Amino acid sequence: MIYVTLFVMFFRIGLFSFGGGLAMLPLIFQSVKDFGMMTASEFSDLVALSQVTPGPIAVNAATYVGFNGAGIPGALAATLGVALPSFILILIVVQFLERFQESRGIQGAFLGIRPVTVGLIAAAVLFVGETVLVNGPIISAKLFTEGVSYFNVIPVMLCAATLLLSGVFKVKPITLMIVMGAAGALLCG
Amino acid sequence: MSKKSKKTYNRSLFWEFFKIGIFTIGGGMAMIPQIQQVVVKDKGWLSEEEMVDCIAVSQSMPGVIAINSATYIGRKTNGFSGAAAATTGVIAPSFLIIILIVSFLGMVGENHYIQGAFVGIKAAVCGLILISAVKLGRQILKGPFQWILAVAAFLAIGVFGITAVWAVLAGAVVGILYNTLWLERKNREKEEEK
Repeated sequence: MIYVTLFVMFFRIGLFSFGGGLAMLPLIFQSVKDFGMMTASEFSDLVALSQVTPGPIAVNAATYVGFNGAGIPGALAATLGVALPSFILILIVVQFLERFQESRGIQGAFLGIRPVTVGLIAAAVLFVGETVLVNGPIISAKLFTEGVSYFNVIPVMLCAATLLLSGVFKVKPITLMIVMGAAGALLCG
Repeated sequence: MSKKSKKTYNRSLFWEFFKIGIFTIGGGMAMIPQIQQVVVKDKGWLSEEEMVDCIAVSQSMPGVIAINSATYIGRKTNGFSGAAAATTGVIAPSFLIIILIVSFLGMVGENHYIQGAFVGIKAAVCGLILISAVKLGRQILKGPFQWILAVAAFLAIGVFGITAVWAVLAGAVVGILYNTLWLERKNREKEEEK
């Protein structure tokens, strides 16, 4: 039955995805091909669609493949499939952490994990920046040798404006995303 | 917690995560500034430290990062039903938007305004995540031990492309060693002095 196939296929994708975002696309492609749910050209439509749709790529893909294959029930089956592994695993982890939060091991582990996470968040600036602020890798000597042409000037200015408005004037993130989205549509569209 | 207030919480979790889902553009980490603003500051559902733990867990578990963090925060705030409410909320926008686009537009193709808007939002997200990192850093990086770990993680992940889960696991091991070999020994020495 197609609903079961969709559910199982996306459950597998949800379970074995690490790192999120575009890193999931090869895994999604492999799975939908194995199950014969999609051609290469439909897949490239999906990638294009994900570029202009908010939300997690895995959820976009599940809804798209499910809906194309079997309408709204198909979309529900696939989306439920992709979300359940996360949901179940996280509930188990939170349960585990709550039970052992007083233990020396867990407390010690989080002494190390918290600073690492701050570094991880700082590194995310590079990953997002690479997709929009520069024309190429963000860790590169070209940042200094190629001059202004290596940077996308308008996004860099929008990013600088965000830093100023959020850091100094405490404007809320959602407001800034709406404003910069509108500015981007006008200036880069 | 009474039944009624539990329901109110769930409605609020669903709605806040619905809004967060709409603006998760440029990857799961784009949620961090919004989580910090809404979940920590406006609603007080988590402390800043709990939020950092949530990000660490969401990044190092398999699955979709946005769903991982919604489930985590929902569960912490309001148990199982809270987890279900937040998770449904974060998924709903993508689900509805994809179905609307495919049903009514066939395919978006090349809409320059939408692409431009996404460029603008990603540029904003970039700055917002940087500010989140600085705020959390002020809270968490209290001494040389924390600074060294944070810088090492930044270099390992950002520059050398190590997967986040390895950095988090390494951090856990170092933390356990630091706790048992250094902090606890220091405490014991203090007690002996007394």
